[in-house]
Amino acid sequence: MSYTALTGLGVLVAVGLDLLVLRTALLRRRAFWVAYAILAGFQLLVNGTLTGLRVVSYDRAAILGPRLAFAPIEDLGFGFALILLTLSCWTYLGRRC
Amino acid sequence: MRHLTYLALLAGCLLGTALLELLLHTGVYRRWRRLLVALLPGLILGVSWDRYAVSRHQWRFDRRYLTGWQLLGLPVEEVLFFLVIPICAVLTLEAVRQTRPAWRVGDEPRPEPQ
Repeated sequence: MSYTALTGLGVLVAVGLDLLVLRTALLRRRAFWVAYAILAGFQLLVNGTLTGLRVVSYDRAAILGPRLAFAPIEDLGFGFALILLTLSCWTYLGRRC
Repeated sequence: MRHLTYLALLAGCLLGTALLELLLHTGVYRRWRRLLVALLPGLILGVSWDRYAVSRHQWRFDRRYLTGWQLLGLPVEEVLFFLVIPICAVLTLEAVRQTRPAWRVGDEPRPEPQ
């Protein structure tokens, strides 16, 4: 699977976990979206450094092409999935302790 | 020093967000057991995804910026990435909660005001 397809899958898994499996519904919380906006800003900075310096470089065949702060657009989806997955688990665990 | 670039970037993320713990009293590291469990799915899925992408040559790393240490078949920095970024995410969410107590996250002990 290309990075693009995997990113789509990653986002779907994270969204499914948040809304259907763990039912944390962070996607309906303002606190989540504000935290995500802050994190996305820093992601552009850190990820931009990593890709700008070419610490990480991508195979052009595996990505769509558009870039944001040097990084393939797919990285935004990758980061979103990782953040939503983690925060959904964190919130779920908080209900139980 | 160049070989410490990626590691230093991750350390910067941890140090920057540690300020939230100190200044806003987010109490995330104090709840380290909950944090460790919450990090596991992202670590497992992230490392698996990363290994797949590297094996398919979808992305690669420039060794000049890496320590050279390997863990789980990846540069150690890549594995740490899947711990550091999620920790930053939890700290940021908790910092938002501390600053805006009225914005519910969904794990509060009290029932939500209707």
